[in-house]
Amino acid sequence: MQSVAGYVFLTLAAVASVFPLYFMVVSATNSSNEVLASKLLPGTHLLENFRTLVGAQPLGVALWYSALIAVGTTILALAVTSVAGYGFEVFHTKAKDRFMGFLLLGIMIPFAATMIPLFRMFGDLGLVNSWIAVVLPAISTPFLVMLFRQASRSFPHEIIEAARIDGLKELQIFLRIYVPTMRPTFAAAAVITFMAAWNNFLWPKVILVNNDVQTLPMLLTNIQAGYVTDYGMLMLAVLIASLPAMLVFLALQKSFAQGITGAIK
Amino acid sequence: MAAPLPPRPKVSPLERRKSLTGWAFLLPASLLILWLSFWPMIQAAILSLQTGRGTRLSFAEPLWSNYTRLLEDETFKLTLQNTFIYLVIQVPLMLVMALILANLLNNPNLRFKSMWRTAIFLPSAVGLVSYALVFRTMFANDGLVNDMLMGLGLIDSPVNWLGQTGTARFVLVLGLLWRWTGYNMIFYLAALQTVDRSTIEAAKIDGASSAKAFWYVTVPQLKPMILLTAILSTNGTLQLFDESYALTAGGPANTSMTISHYLYMVSFRNSPNFGYASAISYVILIIVAALAVVQLKVGDKRD
Repeated sequence: MQSVAGYVFLTLAAVASVFPLYFMVVSATNSSNEVLASKLLPGTHLLENFRTLVGAQPLGVALWYSALIAVGTTILALAVTSVAGYGFEVFHTKAKDRFMGFLLLGIMIPFAATMIPLFRMFGDLGLVNSWIAVVLPAISTPFLVMLFRQASRSFPHEIIEAARIDGLKELQIFLRIYVPTMRPTFAAAAVITFMAAWNNFLWPKVILVNNDVQTLPMLLTNIQAGYVTDYGMLMLAVLIASLPAMLVFLALQKSFAQGITGAIK
Repeated sequence: MAAPLPPRPKVSPLERRKSLTGWAFLLPASLLILWLSFWPMIQAAILSLQTGRGTRLSFAEPLWSNYTRLLEDETFKLTLQNTFIYLVIQVPLMLVMALILANLLNNPNLRFKSMWRTAIFLPSAVGLVSYALVFRTMFANDGLVNDMLMGLGLIDSPVNWLGQTGTARFVLVLGLLWRWTGYNMIFYLAALQTVDRSTIEAAKIDGASSAKAFWYVTVPQLKPMILLTAILSTNGTLQLFDESYALTAGGPANTSMTISHYLYMVSFRNSPNFGYASAISYVILIIVAALAVVQLKVGDKRD
């Protein structure tokens, strides 16, 4: 009987989780009036909604910058934080442990408390309205460093010793041995970083002041801010904005779970 | 009296070179964190003592006047209160639901496990602005939720969900639960892999019900993870911006606006005031830190 209640609860949770997404997908194929009439079946207005969207909003620009920012952030973040996490674990000394403890305090710093000085700093550097200013603050987070450090604990140190005896340089050991073995951790870090960067809204909105450079979440709120909202077109835009991050997650789901598990063991 | 110094360990040149290589590995990440998190945090502290418009800033007279101004700012108090309402209602509900779901999914006899997991985690893959707009559409006056409730005969006329204080806050909390429960569930699911199943079996053999075994045997073993998710969720809720901006637009009359949304308005809308905004941001910083300390203390005590 416990399992019946369990299945009921799981079913409710799963339906509640998926339903708004189903609504988003079918509404993208319906006209605004059909969306408001609560039509829950696929319709025939997908192409029309797409034409309206492309006609009214710079979809290509937003797609390009969102992709550039998300991919750029992910690659740089993985490179920088994995090296640091490995360094903290493999070369650990008392001084480094203390320094790590200090850096971890950074997890507690709310972005709100750094936003205004960052805006002024990037203003002084002439980087307002540049995608670089969006990427830079998102590259190195104490959370990712910690994730890689924790995961590195399970990495056998004898292999490193053996490789040193074989004459490999430290960086070669990292690239040739550590990176391939730690693939699940990299996948988990990539999923977390990509999704955060792809969906980030506040900072891009603050630093990208000119509409020539904008990201998908910014474009979405611009549609919403219009006088009359075309709901079919809005849901299509939301769908386009959501798909890439969802696909990345679904593709890396298994490694993601493995990576998180590996990091907390 | 000075305690005798411990003998200094001999550091071979090789060891020293290894240690230097180690620091080199840490350098890029550490510099970025110091430059783009710690340094701006210090600057915000200085800014919070300054007044003036745009770039022409000077120290306030008296220095703490931005902070005393907060005490008379009704919008500040209102948005702070809103944020706490969200925090107190949403975080505990979400974490309990996530724990229950994770425990159900961890049952080795459960069928279609990956289907359940994927379905419940799926909302976490959707962007905050995206889901906020989906919820906004569903809860529009002539939207789906009103149509369904009227179809079921539960209400006679459409509810103005986003136009009234209570319902607007309700929709926002509902959205947060929808978006984040599965996310926290994944963390618990990962932590459950480290729980020794035999301890649960033993409790059951001793006559404990599943619920009791879960509460007295499983949950204590998950404590570090519960602590982590509580701190992360508290931190996230105190910095809530996207939903307030895109789902309720802070309305009606700022009664669903979060403190971070208000910070954004003071910083970059109307007539920007960086000094005063920095004071608001420091209140957020202090609350985040204080709550983290409290949670760590409480977490330690139950050991």
